[in-house]
Formats: sequence, C-alpha cells, structure tokens
Amino acid sequence: MTKLNDLTLVEARDGLAAGAFSAVELTEDCIEAMEAARDLNIFITETPEIARERAGEADARRAKGESLGAMDGIPVAIKDLFCTDGVLTTAASHILDGFHPPYESTITQNLRDAGAVMLGKTNLDEFAMGSSNMTSYYGPVTNAWAGANGEDLVPGGSSGGSVTAVAAHVCPGSLGTDTGGSIRQPASLCGVVGMKPTYGRCSRWGTVAFASSLDQAGPFARTVRDSAILLEAMAGHDPKDTTSAPVDVPDFEAAITGNIQGLKVGIPKEYTLDGMPAEIQALWDQGAEWLKGQGAEIKPVSLPHTKYALPAYYIVAPAEASSNLARYDGVRYGLRVDGDSLDEMYANTRGAGFGAEVRRRVMIGTYVLSAGYYDAYYVKAQQVRTKILDEFKQVFEDVDVLLTPTAPNAAFPIGAKMDDPVAMYLNDIFTVPANMAGLPGISVPAGLDADGLPLGLQIVAKPFDEETMFLAADAIERAAEFTAKPKYLGGQ
Amino acid sequence: MAYILKGETGDWEVVIGLEVHAQVSSQAKLFSGSPTAFGADPNSQVSLVDAAMPGMLPVINKFCVEQAVKTGLGLQAQINLHSVFERKNYFYADLPQGYQISQYLYPVVGEGTVVLDMPDGSAREIGVERLHMEQDAGKSMHDQDPKRSMIDLNRAGVCLMEIVSKPDLRSPEEAGIYVRKIRSILRYLGTCDGNMEQGSMRADVNVSVRHPGEEEYRTRAEIKNVNSVRFIMQTIEVEAERQVDVWESGGEVVQETRQFDANKGETRSMRAKEFAHDYRYFPDPDLLPLDLDQAFVDDLAATLPELPDAKKDRFIEHFGLSAYDAGVLVAEKETADFFEEVAEGRDAKLAVNWLTTNLFGHLNAASKSITESPVSAAQMGELLDLMADDTISTRIAKDVFEEMFETSKSAGAIVAEKGLKQITDTGAIEAAVDQAIADNPGQADEVRGGNDKAIGWFVGQVMKATQGKANPQMVNQLLRDKLKG
Amino acid sequence: MSLESDDVRRIAFLARINVPDEELAPLADELNGIIGWVEQLSEVDTVGVAPMTSVTEMVMKQREDEVSDAGYPDRVVGNAPDRVKDFYAVPKVVE
Repeated sequence: MTKLNDLTLVEARDGLAAGAFSAVELTEDCIEAMEAARDLNIFITETPEIARERAGEADARRAKGESLGAMDGIPVAIKDLFCTDGVLTTAASHILDGFHPPYESTITQNLRDAGAVMLGKTNLDEFAMGSSNMTSYYGPVTNAWAGANGEDLVPGGSSGGSVTAVAAHVCPGSLGTDTGGSIRQPASLCGVVGMKPTYGRCSRWGTVAFASSLDQAGPFARTVRDSAILLEAMAGHDPKDTTSAPVDVPDFEAAITGNIQGLKVGIPKEYTLDGMPAEIQALWDQGAEWLKGQGAEIKPVSLPHTKYALPAYYIVAPAEASSNLARYDGVRYGLRVDGDSLDEMYANTRGAGFGAEVRRRVMIGTYVLSAGYYDAYYVKAQQVRTKILDEFKQVFEDVDVLLTPTAPNAAFPIGAKMDDPVAMYLNDIFTVPANMAGLPGISVPAGLDADGLPLGLQIVAKPFDEETMFLAADAIERAAEFTAKPKYLGGQ
Repeated sequence: MAYILKGETGDWEVVIGLEVHAQVSSQAKLFSGSPTAFGADPNSQVSLVDAAMPGMLPVINKFCVEQAVKTGLGLQAQINLHSVFERKNYFYADLPQGYQISQYLYPVVGEGTVVLDMPDGSAREIGVERLHMEQDAGKSMHDQDPKRSMIDLNRAGVCLMEIVSKPDLRSPEEAGIYVRKIRSILRYLGTCDGNMEQGSMRADVNVSVRHPGEEEYRTRAEIKNVNSVRFIMQTIEVEAERQVDVWESGGEVVQETRQFDANKGETRSMRAKEFAHDYRYFPDPDLLPLDLDQAFVDDLAATLPELPDAKKDRFIEHFGLSAYDAGVLVAEKETADFFEEVAEGRDAKLAVNWLTTNLFGHLNAASKSITESPVSAAQMGELLDLMADDTISTRIAKDVFEEMFETSKSAGAIVAEKGLKQITDTGAIEAAVDQAIADNPGQADEVRGGNDKAIGWFVGQVMKATQGKANPQMVNQLLRDKLKG
Repeated sequence: MSLESDDVRRIAFLARINVPDEELAPLADELNGIIGWVEQLSEVDTVGVAPMTSVTEMVMKQREDEVSDAGYPDRVVGNAPDRVKDFYAVPKVVE
C-alpha cells in the first residue's frame, strides 16, 4: 500500500482536496518516514510537534471550506539556513550553537501563510559552502542512492539534507538555497528536480547570508510540476530586501502546457569539457533530441567566457561571505569561546566555531578584498562577471532557453575529493554561470550513468522567465521517463 | 594673522583638516526602521537589522538621502547623481555587522566651500572635500564592570553625514569658526540639530605641522570624536605643540589615532594595533547604487531656505548693517528671523543695538534661547515704536524692557500700567526746569559761567523730579535756553 | 604572489580567526592552490568593462522615514552568550 509520504506534491494536493486522507494522516506518514531515515542524517532538527499542529490547522481550514490552496497541509523539509521563529537554526555550523531566531524568514513565512507543514530543519554544508554536505558540523548526509559496491555516497551540496528528504520520499517537497549550484547539483546527484529562480525572485530576508549577490532560495521536488507549485508559494517581492525584484509571481504551474513547438533551445559549446565522461555528453545529446522530437528548434550557441565563471565565482562569493560572516563573533548569539581581550574572544570563537571549508573561504575572501589585491582579484572577477552576463544577454536574443548537463559527474563516495579544495569546486562548473548572471535554472533527472547513478540535465532561461524554464524542463521530464529508484527505496 | 608656534628650530604653522560627523535629523535610522531619539533605555531602539541577526538586510531611508543632498547644496557642493554604498570591514564591539555601511569611492556629495566670517570682518573660504552618508556605531561602556564592557546598540545604524574638509584650516580659531559655520548651515537646513552635547555632531580632527613655506604636508595624527567646539580648539593647540616637540627633538610624527583627554588637556595615543586597519572596502551587495536624477536635486534646491551667507549679505544691503553685526545675527536662523521681524520698517541699527545689548544678554543670563524669549519679536518692535514716536525715552525704555522680560507683558501695557509716558508737554517740562533752576542757584551760576557739564547735572535733576518721564532732549533745550539765553 | 605562513597569520588576524601555528603552513598551501587556480582570470581582456554592480537592472527603492521597528530588547539581547540586563557584555575593551 502506498504510504502517503510516497505521493508527489500534486498527488498529495489532489488527495487532500478530494478528502482521501487528512493533512494529519499525510504528516504522520512523513514523520514516520523522517524517523526511519535517521541513518541518512537528513535532519539537524526534527519538528514533529510543529508539523502535527500545522497539519491540524490545515485540516480545520479545509473542513470549513477555507483551504489556502495547493500547499495547504503539505509537509516540507526546510534547509537549516532559513531562520525559523523559536526553532533552532544552525546553518550546520558550531558557531550558531543554541541560536533560536526570534523571527521567521520571509520564505518560510510565505510557506506558512500558504499552509505548508514544517517537518524539520535539514542538514547542509556549513554556511552553504560546499558541494557534498561533508562540511556540516552535524556530519555528512548519505545519499539515498548507493555506490555500485554499496558505498555511501554524497548527495551533493550544499542542500544535501533537503535533496535527500525528497529523494528518500520523506516528504513531497523541500527547500534549499543555491549560490553556485547548491540546489541543482544535488538534484542531479539524487535523481530529483531542483531549481534556482532568477536572482531577486525570492526574498533573502531571514535567510542566513552566504554570498549576497548570488544566494537564492529554491524548491526540491519529485516532478517539475511539483517544483512549480512550491516556487509559487515561496516567491514574491519583499520590501524588507532591497535586492528583491518588484515583479509579480505568475501561475508557474499553468505555464506547463506541454507544448514546446517552436521553442528555441541553445546548446552552448563551451559546456563540453575536456575529459567529460562520455555518458554525460551522450545524455546531453539525447536531451536535445528529446526536445527536438517535441517540436523545439536546437541551435548551437557560444558563451566564450563560460570557463571563467567558476574561478570568478570563487573570488566574488568568498569575498562577500568573508564580510557576511563577520557578524558571527560571539557577542549577540551563538557560540562564544572566551578570551582575555575582545580580539582574543573573537579569534577563539571564530577559530573554534568555523569549520575548515568556511575558514578557507573567509580567508580567501579577506585576501581578495585586501589592500593591493582588490583590483587584481575582486574588481577583475566582477568585470568578468559583466562579460558573462553580456554573453548570456546576447545569446538569449536568439534562443529561449539553454540546455546543458547539470554536473560533471554522478554522486561520489563520502570522503572523496577532500584533499584538494579545487577538485570539489569543479562540481559546480555547469551551475555557477547561471548564478553569476542571476538567471533561473533547473535540473531534471534524465538518465543513469554506467554505475546506475542519476544524471540530470539543466535548463537555463532568461531573467524572470521561469515559466519557459518549467515548460522546457517538463518536456525533458516526460521524454526521460525517469523511474529509477534509489537503494534506500528498494531500487538499484 | 597667522597662527604660528615658535619652536627652537624656527616657526611652525599648523595644518588642520576636520571630519565633521553630523547625525541626520530623521525619525528612523538610515537602513532600518528603528527610532533615532537620544537617551532611550539600552537596546530598546534596536531592530533585528541593527543587531545584525543572521539574514537581516538594509533598506535605505529616503529622508536621509534628501538631507544629505540638501546639505551638499548648502555647502555649495557638487551633487553626485551616482553614488555607491560600500562596506567598511573591521571588528569592534559596537559594530554588530562587523562592517559599517558607508560610502568610499563614490560619495553622494563632492567638492564644496564653506565661507568663514573672520572676526576682523574678512571672509575666508575653506574647501570641503566631500560629504558621504554612513551608519553610526553603537556605544560601549567600559566603566560598569571591572572585566567587561557593556554594549548598547541604540545608536547603531543612525544616519551620519560625514563632512570632510580640505586641509585648509590654519589655526584653532579658524577651526572653531568653521565648525560653528557648519553647524549653523545644518540647523538652517534642518538636516541636523547640531547638538554636540548629545552627540548629534562631533568631529575627528586631523593635525599636522610644518615650517611656513614648506610645500608638502607632513605626517598627520587624527584625534577622534571631539564633541565640543572648545575641545576642538584645545585639541589643536595641544596636539600641534606635541608635534612640534617631536620634530624638534629629532623624532618623527607617527600617523596614528589619538584621543583628547579634556581633564589632562592632552592627546593620547589610542591602543596601537599590531597591524594597520585594512578596511577592505567593496560595494555592499545587499544594496544597489544610489542613482538620483537632476530633477530630484533641483526640486530639493528649490525648497532650501535662505542660508546664512545670503541672509548676511541681504541684511547688510537691506538693513545697512555692518558685516560684523549681520554675522552675529545670522549665526542662528531663529535669531535672524527675530531680528528681521523687529527691524523691518524700523531703525535697523537701533534694532541691532537693542537685541545685542539688551535682549541677548538677558537671554544668556537666563539660559534661554531666542525661541524661548519671554519677549517676542513683535513686542520688541512695539518697544522701538514707542521710542520712535517719543512716547517714552530711551532711559525709560530700558526699564520697560526689564519688566517685559520678566512678565512677557507688552511695552504698551507696561507704559500704561505704570504711567511711564514721556512728558512732552512743554508747559509741564518748563515748570520742572524752572523749579530745578530755582532750587539750585549755585549750579545755575555754574552753567551761566560756562560749565556745560553742569547742564547734564540739571538734566539729571529734572529727570529725577519727573520720574524720568520728561523728554530729555526737550529738558536739555529748555535748560540751555533759560540758562544761557 | 604566493602566501607564506606570515601572510596567513596576517589574513587570519584581519578575519579574527584563530589559526594554530602548526596549521599556518598547510593552510597557506591550500590557499595558494585556490589563488593559483583563480589567477586564470588575468587571461580575460577586461579593458573598458564595468565591474558588475547588480545582476538585476533595478533602481534602488527607498523607504519612508517612519519608525516601524524596535522596542523589543528581549528579542534583541535574548540570544546573547553574556547578557547584563539589556546590555550585551563583552571582555573589557581598553582604548
């Protein structure tokens, strides 16, 4: 018998609307699934009581005919980067020990207002810095998919907990953030749908900041349609965020008409890397065929500065992070390690509180902003960023969307790639350009590699054109017919 | 006259630059909606944004932008239609974000000028380098606990305008006049209340010395957070002396931050850091560039009140005042307005004298400002009118004024109540004069004998006899007629 | 430019992060690896290119001068590791 946590968001919505089950019943199954999945280390904080309470409220509303809509009563898992009122929020860092925010982030408030049910706060790379979830103070997350020899694999990162909550069928949807690929790359590694909206589509207020000009919240779900529904509930202009765009939120679900006749799809040649696994190239070509078969026009395009997006990112993001993380100083919240002087207290607190990757990035960021290096590194990187954006603008005059692979490899074993920071950074090579240009992007599960591990394909669209992005992604999803199940769910 | 320090190796001149920090008179802070009022309970005027909680973001206050532009216009400065907020990164207990949002490469206001009205009547132009907006920091108290400092963030995030002068000042006196002039302009514009005691205005003082004629500037020291004009002038004096001593004993002045100790009358080096500050400025990614259009600036320019320099020129021309008198009157807009109401249609010189000699003295003694004056401008005007039409004499007017100041009653009411109307009836005065002559034959002979001083004595007698109400000019004339023929 | 232990110590001080002495050299190696990798940006011709100020072409919105926040010292100081009444307490600063 299908447990209710196995339902997609649309199925759950329809079931609730039809009265087939209650939100409390749905939530109980998700809570049970959450507890059963503890070995995967998805959650830093489980909030079953809050979940039950909110589910009850959803049922009460529905009984009175006052249902709030698609998300009312739907359990979701929340990346522990979103501040949740009165609920421990850690950013997976030791330095936020004991931090109970006296406020709710706009994103999670929007979901609450839509009736969503918070299941718990999920694990992530510390301060969202990572592509594997291995930098978390709370330990790594295990991918629902296992290696060919049964090894534990990373789910990708930084949103490793949220992606696994969906991949392991704990709940139909979850929230992540994407700064360099932290939603799309894990989605690709775990066989689920993950998307990052246009910069400014979602509010950043109350979301622990990593890199201000790059961070965006986004949904994980099992289908493209599910993620469209989730995004609509999350998004919207927020006057408390100066970088929040004053644009309306369209009906994203309605945009998925299934008709991509005449859609112009660009294939950027620079996304072909030396030494790229042949199966990824093959899947990419297959993706283009799928779209062509449904009436799209495939056009080769060129984005010459693609390869510079990643190194530029690793200047800009750490620079912004080094400043954003200065507030973690042991004075007003979180961990404090004493010292004889104020400076000693700061250094002891931050030395003990930050993990190795965070420390690396804060140091790089401090260095590239420092006197004598600012022009050569930070300004240069921002100039390269302008060039990258201009290239996208130009290409988007000829095409509607771009099709690329999401990640240069499938999931890898926990513990791998830890010797060389740059090797880990290369995981984001296909996802970072969209962050640098502020464009919306989505990863759709498209196939399996030779080891039976998921590979995703990415659609990148024009600013504020998530509608076309969802439309194209849905076309890929229907053609791919990705039904493979992870080991955790009895597959592989 | 140049301000010169005499050293053993020769003369030294002082080069001074001032960075005035002025709090904008807004209701709410620059990037958050918390209140700016002075003196509230600790951390009660602090929002989550001010406290730099995780995920908090700045949103700019348009009133603060307007005040900065208005101030720039008041300093006759270039308004930069494109300016950028940058983060100044450093760690301190009163800086919760670990950075201050400020402006660095692209400030909202560029070069301008401040005209100093020197005591000798000359005008000296001091260059303004720039004005930018920035967040104020919180306050730390170090004397509440033996091992700990207490942090109150009420002030954190209040909008400051930092007005940077060029190093054009050359004496403590000039520096004092400059600060007073800035304060006056800010108060005229209403962009800052200039209350240095409450901290709404304070200055960082940059001082260096050199031999007159040297082209290059020598190393300067910065004395931070000086919060009165008197202290600013004192700081410059003692710091210049200290620097001269350093140079003359063969040492080198070090670029450093110092503090003025008012009790000891000296400047003191602040705890030296092993590494110099590297603020790592970069544009704040939580904000966008501030792009203004010329129409916005022009609209603001149209709302500006008449500023001190223009008002002074107009007073000189329209009222025929001396530069000095006009300067005194326009220093505070309220005073200028008061004067103008009194002087319009009346003898301006008389108005000036009565204000400066009588009213201001009384106000100072009573610690009242002109806005708290018990005597209104209209009432002053009435007093002058009563003198002008000979209803009362100048002497009587002085007494009437005392009464007006004490009771806030009008001059007319007091004159009527006390029957102080001047006696101008020739017959009555003549009678009094005759009586005085009759009563004092000796003195009368003096006058007849050529002692004109005795006439004054007789005038005094007649005035006494008439309780001061006789018109003194008439008394004088009659005495002369009668005694000298 | 290659970082040495002293450079790392200086950067760590600017960032107020305590790095034990024995970790300075290995950290320098890691940082040098990253810096060496990002150096490739110098290949890009950026003459006349404006550094990005914002991905979105928006005019910065400005809010009205209204008091709309604050007045909740408990929420503000409630998470502090060392709190004295409504103050944050820190190790004494000597100026």
